[in-house]
Amino acid sequence: MNTGNGNVDHGRRQVLAWGAAMAGVALAPGVTLFELAQARPPSEPASAKVRWGMLVDVNRCATDCDACVVACDRENGLPETKTATSAQWIRKVELKDLRGGPSKTAPVMCQHCAHPPCVDVCPTGASFKRADGIVLVDRHTCIGCRYCMMACPYQARSFVHEPVTDQKPEVPRGKGCVESCTLCVHRIDRDQIPACVEACAATGHKAILFGDLNDPGSEIAQAIATLRTRALRPDLRLDPGVVYHGL
Amino acid sequence: MRAGGGFGADTAARVLCRVLGLAVACAFAGVAPATAADSTASRVPKPTIAITTPGKCVEDREVILRDHMDLLKHQRVLTVHEGIRTKAHSLENCVACHASRETGRVTGSKDAFCESCHRYAAVRLDCFECHADRPATGVAANMPSPAGTAPR
Amino acid sequence: MRTHSTPADNRRYWALVAVLVLIATVGLGAAHTMEEQGHIVTGMNNRIVWGLPHVFAIFLIVAASGVLNVASIGSVFGKAPYKMRAPLSGLLCIALLAGGLSVLMLDLGRPERVVVAATHYNFTSVFAWNVFLYSGMFAIVAVYLWTLMEKRMQVHSGRLGLAAFIWRLLLTTGTGAIFAFLVARQAYGSALLPLLFIVMSFAWGFAVFVIVQSALNALCGRTLPPELLRRMRNLLGLFVASVLYLCVVLHLTSVYFAHQVPFERFILVDGGIYPALLWWGYVGAGSVLPLLLVFHPRLGSARALLLASLLTIAGAFALLYVFIVGGQAWPLEIFPGYQASSSFADGQIASYVPRLPEWLLGIGGVAIAALIVVVGLRVLPFAPEADVPALPAAATGGD
Repeated sequence: MNTGNGNVDHGRRQVLAWGAAMAGVALAPGVTLFELAQARPPSEPASAKVRWGMLVDVNRCATDCDACVVACDRENGLPETKTATSAQWIRKVELKDLRGGPSKTAPVMCQHCAHPPCVDVCPTGASFKRADGIVLVDRHTCIGCRYCMMACPYQARSFVHEPVTDQKPEVPRGKGCVESCTLCVHRIDRDQIPACVEACAATGHKAILFGDLNDPGSEIAQAIATLRTRALRPDLRLDPGVVYHGL
Repeated sequence: MRAGGGFGADTAARVLCRVLGLAVACAFAGVAPATAADSTASRVPKPTIAITTPGKCVEDREVILRDHMDLLKHQRVLTVHEGIRTKAHSLENCVACHASRETGRVTGSKDAFCESCHRYAAVRLDCFECHADRPATGVAANMPSPAGTAPR
Repeated sequence: MRTHSTPADNRRYWALVAVLVLIATVGLGAAHTMEEQGHIVTGMNNRIVWGLPHVFAIFLIVAASGVLNVASIGSVFGKAPYKMRAPLSGLLCIALLAGGLSVLMLDLGRPERVVVAATHYNFTSVFAWNVFLYSGMFAIVAVYLWTLMEKRMQVHSGRLGLAAFIWRLLLTTGTGAIFAFLVARQAYGSALLPLLFIVMSFAWGFAVFVIVQSALNALCGRTLPPELLRRMRNLLGLFVASVLYLCVVLHLTSVYFAHQVPFERFILVDGGIYPALLWWGYVGAGSVLPLLLVFHPRLGSARALLLASLLTIAGAFALLYVFIVGGQAWPLEIFPGYQASSSFADGQIASYVPRLPEWLLGIGGVAIAALIVVVGLRVLPFAPEADVPALPAAATGGD
């Protein structure tokens, strides 16, 4: 039954992709429908034409600011106290330059890899990558084996160690499953930017830029084209959707 | 380990759910609207189905009684994996409409919308271990009539 | 064993069963607590995501495949004294595998969803392959046992023995690959790991077999023939030495090939409990001492072999603890060139102290395995017949 479901979905996605491709061809050569997923109606699936990503400008990230972390906790109903067993979808990492440069801080969250190791190792397929590049956990099929946490190079995942109450209606979460940054997928699906990006912008630092990496006209794509950026652990060639400038 | 542990695709459990669902449907058929005076014949108190929000449900009553879990599961795959967020069959939408006026929740007491029925049918209700059992603040007030939003 | 049971034997048997049931039940109770209250009752956290239960589970699973070697030596390589021990070897394999998988399953965050693991497969996951390898192992060994114990099927036992031997090599490769494919971590991600796991399974499985056989011999007042004792000592020594050798190679490749000097310094020198467990527990008590006991010309007794086996297993637990927990305690290097720190313990050694539920769950898994062995020996003739050089084919079939 489940595989049947998957096939149907896959088939439909393919048809949609063809449809989109044909629409793109019909418009004009070289012009593609990047806006297709921008204001996506709720009945349409996420499109593979889009790849959501973030650019973190470490030079703009204020060392004494944790607005992104606070905003994430609030948006997703995460505990404010930070312990070894609490969920931390985004964290500020303090970086002391070993060669004597100035100290920096950088937010680290799920890097939404194009080739996510967590998805590769998940035995049930609960860890998955959505068509638009967002790496998520389907909590309905997560059995809580934590293999994905072993595989993640960024320590981006948390295991829910205790029963949870008072969840946010849009962010269901509960004991015994692994979770991580969803890129605020519930906000993206209604055309809003992630909470951390919004909060960072509100402080005036504007250290996190969010957008469609596939759209050459997007602010983020142009910034990446001009700035020197790097992925974390580039040696692993995971092609993360989050890149850093100023490291 | 736990009785009727929700998510398995095992057919035995599904058949059992069907039978129970039918039983519940039959029970309701005789209970007409909300707070029916208990028929003395039954030893088990009938569930209280208090629907406070006016308007029509997203599906017919019989469909909801028998198939609400199938509808929810179908919707959850679409939402989680594809980002399709149509309202009609989403759990959030159910909760928004059916949360109790007094407690604001669909579980947590024997008269709560989901819990009353699930207690009666003795079917484990584990959606709300993870999902909020109350509407987002402000959602219930401006709920549009959901009847028109069903797909197809 | 069952052929000559006296009332006193019966009492002892049921007392043993009762004790094992009790320990297993306490283990299940611990798992229930972990499920109800969450993993907060354990010492595990977001940095040490696999802890003591995994040490127990992986030991049992690795030993399960290794214990089958006794049967393989008999069926595949045609050595008669081992062939006589093949049924016991198969029973132990099934028992240890069941015990290990119980621990692994009961430690899940959502153990009630184990049916999901059986219905949803992600074929890029080594874990998902292992689900097949484990269930296949049960099936193959069950059929193999049938061919060993049913006279009409005995013509097939050689082929089944070979299949079981190949399958168990695959299974241990799969277990090693769980870690070998973790490229992001300094401690794992080495192509040597599947090989190391196979050699570890030889040593640990054989040690388990020796212990069970010694217990059976003690119960029945038997002794091993000197020739077999000598062979078994040599075999255990060879296996233990091979594990030690591969461990040395693993750490050398880690230093020279992968340049993990800081991590190796942590595990081998200044990592506190981890180097202590590695040197004193694994190398000293778990390798050198068994090798001395086994190869010393004046320590040739069955008791020395038993003690060497017990020490090998103690060393196995020490090695697995260092490998699994120590490997995670070392922080991921996300920002090379920087000293990182955060609320999530970036750049710091993670701390982990196993708590009671974890111990109880792990020990419960061992009890489950032991229970299967004890009951199995009672209901079917798994135990090897007397080694007195009489006719080994005398009494097997019957009912």
